[in-house]
Amino acid sequence: MKHERVETNAGLLIILTLAVISVGGLVEIVPLFYINDTVEEVEGVRPYTPLEQRGRDIYVREGCYTCHSQMIRPFRDEMLRYGHYSLAAESQFDHPFQWGSKRTGPDLARVGGKYSNEWQVQHLIDPRSVVPESIMPGYPWLAENDLQYADIEARLRALRRVGVPYSLSEEEYQANVERFGEEVARWLDISRAEENLVAQARAGNYDGDPSRITEMDALVAYLQVLGTMVDFTQYDEGYFVEFR
Amino acid sequence: MSKPSENKQGAVQTTGHAWDGDLQEYNNPLPRWWLWGFYATVVFAVVYWFLYPAWPIGGTFTKGFATVTYEVNGEERTTHWNTRALLMRDMQTSPAAVRQREFLEVIAEATYDDILRDPDKISFVRSYAHGVFGDFCATCHQAGGAGIIGLYPTLADDDWLWGGTVERIEESIREGRLGYMPPFRETFDAEQLRAVSAYVLDIAGYDGGDEDEIRRGEAIFNGTDGGCFQCHDTGGTGRISQGAPNLTNNIWQIVDVAGAASYEARLALVQSVVRNGVQREMPAFGERLSPTEIKVLAAYVHQLGGGQ
Repeated sequence: MKHERVETNAGLLIILTLAVISVGGLVEIVPLFYINDTVEEVEGVRPYTPLEQRGRDIYVREGCYTCHSQMIRPFRDEMLRYGHYSLAAESQFDHPFQWGSKRTGPDLARVGGKYSNEWQVQHLIDPRSVVPESIMPGYPWLAENDLQYADIEARLRALRRVGVPYSLSEEEYQANVERFGEEVARWLDISRAEENLVAQARAGNYDGDPSRITEMDALVAYLQVLGTMVDFTQYDEGYFVEFR
Repeated sequence: MSKPSENKQGAVQTTGHAWDGDLQEYNNPLPRWWLWGFYATVVFAVVYWFLYPAWPIGGTFTKGFATVTYEVNGEERTTHWNTRALLMRDMQTSPAAVRQREFLEVIAEATYDDILRDPDKISFVRSYAHGVFGDFCATCHQAGGAGIIGLYPTLADDDWLWGGTVERIEESIREGRLGYMPPFRETFDAEQLRAVSAYVLDIAGYDGGDEDEIRRGEAIFNGTDGGCFQCHDTGGTGRISQGAPNLTNNIWQIVDVAGAASYEARLALVQSVVRNGVQREMPAFGERLSPTEIKVLAAYVHQLGGGQ
């Protein structure tokens, strides 16, 4: 084909440009949808509970991902500081994932259980009161704002659309019982989402104020579950290598 | 600026079309060095495909011919090149990791007595703990275990809520601690609250209280009305099985009584604690840190100043 014909025909130029560009996408992205044997088979990874999911929404809303990654890379120094490297399986229910590549603050992939709820609350309200050299801004409004959860069912339904196994029908519920066990299946039942959210916030009392459910409750619940779902003592050191 | 006379039309190929009648575009060949660089990257890519994981095929991918050898439970395994296997090899064979592991093995074998007395071992403990303590502990207990009054106890003095022997410290780290003092706002009326607080200030060594009031407070504290002695022990000397602090040594965990300006201000602070109660949690690190790391931390905390 003559160069001139392409350059002088805008429609043709657009079509050919799209064709050339999409080759890169097709080769690099599409296979990822089908390479299932790189996702590790591990026990324990489950979708977030309604409260944790709301916490995750707040995490995204406040832009925590602009400074914090959730991806421990397989390097010695990272392993010594943050714990076991992240697995693909651990973010299989994340939409969108929070891996990130910018670490102004530390990685949070395994921050769950590392600090007490009290510490998390105080640190979020005023980071420098516990970490003097911190440059993280404070988020005091999280403890003041009541958590909005009237739309929690719709949120979970949207996630179900993109493949997170929250259950709507009895059949899906039973499938979850089989896959995650009955206790977790109950947390993932969309029709009980609001009730579950309130129950977890009451029982956990994450923000230290039992009288109300704040955004702090949700965010701390989310932070405290990060990276805690897989019990790494169950697997020998070489197990995860086989998935690469 | 190039002069038109040096670039005679026809000497170099043009792209072949003209705009506005006479505007034409030269189609100069690429510089040689650039072109060869480009070919080199093509060759590099092909070599890379053969050595390393590269092309997806259906549900799997080409793994490449490069390999990594690592050890699992004493048994050697060889696998295609990947970062996870590299990490394992690095943890097992890189000089710094080997040296660190040798030290950790020595620590794992040694008794606490030995670790705390041997200058080599304790200096390894200090340098290793610098990182582990800094990341896991100093966020709450602050650098050097300085603590924050009202929030996180200092680890650098010889006053211990849960015991300052190295074994008790290890237990605190491994299993975590839940400290709880119930609120007494329903139990005490204003007068009782004031009396018991006056007694607490008295045993801590502060003058200025009313003697009768102190005696009433003493009866409440050490009797069934308040029952404070059940945790704080008779006379308020503390009980490490409960995590109940010694109240007689003028070291304060929850409110800064020593820093308050007047007797009345001190009394108000103590009353606020009795009224509202206290709840404190230290997370358990038994599943997060290895037994040896916990041992290192226990020894480190013990030598910060107040180990018993």
